[in-house]
Amino acid sequence: MTETGAQSVGAAEPGDRVSGDVSLDTRTIQQINEAGISLKGVTKRYGDKAVVDDIDLVIEPGEFMTLLGPSGSGKTTTLNMIAGFADVTEGLLHIHGKPVAKLPAHKRDIGMVFQNYALFPHMTVEENVAYPLQRRKMPKAEQRKRIAESLQMVRLAEYGGRYPAELSGGQQQRAALARALVYNPRVLLMDEPLGALDKKLREWLQMEIKRIHQEVGSTFVYVTHDQEEALSLSDRIAVFNNGKIEQVGTGVELYEHPDTLFVGRFLGESSVLRAPSSTATVRDGNTTLAVGDHHVTVPGERRGVESLAVLVRPENLSLELPGYVPASSTENALPVTVKTATYLGVGWRYDVVLFDGTSGIVRTPNDATRFGPGDQAIVTWDVRHGVLLEDLGEGDESTT
Amino acid sequence: MVGLGDRGLTMSSATRAIATDPALATPPASAGRARRSRVKWGPLLLLLPAIAVVTMFFLVPLVDVFIRSVTDPEPGLQNYEWLLTNPVNLEVLARTFLTSLIVTVVCLLVAYPYAYLMTIVGERARGWLTLFVMLPLWTSILVRTLAWMVLLADTGPINDFLEAIGVGRQPLIRTTFGVALGMAQVLLPFMVLPIYSALAKIDRRLLAASSSLGANGLTSFFKVYLPLSRPGIFAGSITVFILGLGFYIIPSLLGSPKEAMVSSLIYQQVSVFLLWGQGAALGIALLVVTIIILVVFNRFVRGASLAPGVEPE
Ligand SMILES: Nc1ncnc2c1ncn2[C@@H]1O[C@H](COP(=O)(O)OP(=O)(O)O)[C@@H](O)[C@H]1O
Ligand SMILES: [Mg+2]
Repeated sequence: MTETGAQSVGAAEPGDRVSGDVSLDTRTIQQINEAGISLKGVTKRYGDKAVVDDIDLVIEPGEFMTLLGPSGSGKTTTLNMIAGFADVTEGLLHIHGKPVAKLPAHKRDIGMVFQNYALFPHMTVEENVAYPLQRRKMPKAEQRKRIAESLQMVRLAEYGGRYPAELSGGQQQRAALARALVYNPRVLLMDEPLGALDKKLREWLQMEIKRIHQEVGSTFVYVTHDQEEALSLSDRIAVFNNGKIEQVGTGVELYEHPDTLFVGRFLGESSVLRAPSSTATVRDGNTTLAVGDHHVTVPGERRGVESLAVLVRPENLSLELPGYVPASSTENALPVTVKTATYLGVGWRYDVVLFDGTSGIVRTPNDATRFGPGDQAIVTWDVRHGVLLEDLGEGDESTT
Repeated sequence: MVGLGDRGLTMSSATRAIATDPALATPPASAGRARRSRVKWGPLLLLLPAIAVVTMFFLVPLVDVFIRSVTDPEPGLQNYEWLLTNPVNLEVLARTFLTSLIVTVVCLLVAYPYAYLMTIVGERARGWLTLFVMLPLWTSILVRTLAWMVLLADTGPINDFLEAIGVGRQPLIRTTFGVALGMAQVLLPFMVLPIYSALAKIDRRLLAASSSLGANGLTSFFKVYLPLSRPGIFAGSITVFILGLGFYIIPSLLGSPKEAMVSSLIYQQVSVFLLWGQGAALGIALLVVTIIILVVFNRFVRGASLAPGVEPE
């Protein structure tokens, strides 16, 4: 009785009807059982508004997954559903193959680090770290050993006797990390844990978090709106927009091969050219678009789309003197006016404007030809470096 | 009767002022230490009117009362001797503290859930809840107490009801229970408001954190929420307890002589027997015991309150 009961809770089985009458095929079930965390069709509605809208996400055991997106895109809500602080309106949520949607937070064996640290102010650092161990009724000696180890790990060994109010922000954050990790949860959730810290401290703590992830080997789910942080920390990133996941992939995949204009623009800097698809011609697997009197060629094609966009990274653009003629058809060239030139140390950054008002960003090495504000120039790039995307109009505007 | 009652009121409110003052001075005391170095003298002039009022209407009468206690009818400690040797005095003093303690506990049990409710409801509902708790304060103490007399009377509606459901009539009025009930109603806001302000300051994410760390709701309450609400509990309890010590009207009207509290005794000595010295000695004794309780309590609170640096402002 107990045996079978435990089994049916422990794993998803074919024909499981958990919520929303979803029947699962064998492959999906295998995926769920092997995943660290699995979300299938997960939706969270407040009233009529779906703030998390039918998302699918499979996080591998031991993976460092970052949920990245602008403020209000549903990252925290998603994390809170995994943690058990928010109910799942619809869909399947499994942690290590176990359905957890109906399980209260304290039974999920997850660790959580909050943006404001949420350390208990009336307990010392040591007492804070001991708290989850006491809840698990761990023997005292074992507790002491674990507390010492985890404070060592976050480099707070000397601070065990202090109260949170006597620690700096960075120290509090590390104490919170120690408390969330001391009981070796298989999943650690972090919601903008470095958001309140200054840049230097943040970068150092990013390295610390990365090191700790490698040390403990748990599944980390990290929420941030900072794309640089996401890139430097994560194995993979899930980009959120408007309650949906736009793309999941490694930093390289997202940066070099974004699926959507939103993703391309959200990660790193970019220049975007837009053109109606009626001007597009496809040849040899390349699409050529008309931009005024000029033509721009991009690899790939997109059909059934009203408007197209070409996205290029600043480091893939070059500036040449007026009159420059492309050496071959594998190079695009457009005349621009330089607006500003900024010295970055490693090179120069130019903000340029196309004749139709489109602005672009060019980054050049120090040995390239220099330009000043107001200069005419030709911006060029290798055809391979353009990314062809669907232009959805205003909806994809984002901060860069 | 009314005339005498008036004098009694004056006495009891004086005792109240004595008692309340240190309680109100308690919370800022710790914060004040850090700030003292930055004191500018100019703004202190703003305190002059307050100092004048306190001196004239509080310190001077207090000194006068003390002097009377050792000079009236003749110099010596005979008033205090009387106080300590007459068993009725000690009994009344003990009963005063016991009644006040009961009232404090009753208020605490009612106020804590009430204040918690105030923290979880919306702005509007909170307004109403505040209004309800303040309402008794805005009603005349006499009217309110007379209402209690009617309600608790042996032939009152509560006893009618008890009789109707077969429990039978119970002694309600002229019992410590009746006195405590009437006092608790008046004193409830002094418990609800400090607790509410402490609870409102508790970051609810601490409860989420506690839950993520493996604590169920009950454990989270006892390990996190309750300890963090302690400053409010202490502040409310001290205020209610000390205000309760000085009550006069309610014990007189809702209690029998067997429920008399020290204020009635003082009134009796002064107004009925015209023994000012003995009345004064009782007043001073009440004050001294109250201060001792405050000091002990205060040390206890300071020792066991929040972590250093996070003391409530
Ligand atoms: N308890 C709630 N009730 C109603 N709306 C909410 C609630 N929590 C979050 N929202 C809404 O859900 C959306 C997503 O919020 P959130 O998940 O916090 O975004 P993010 O963490 O990406 O900034 C926001 O528009 C927010 O206003
Ligand atoms: Mg958020």
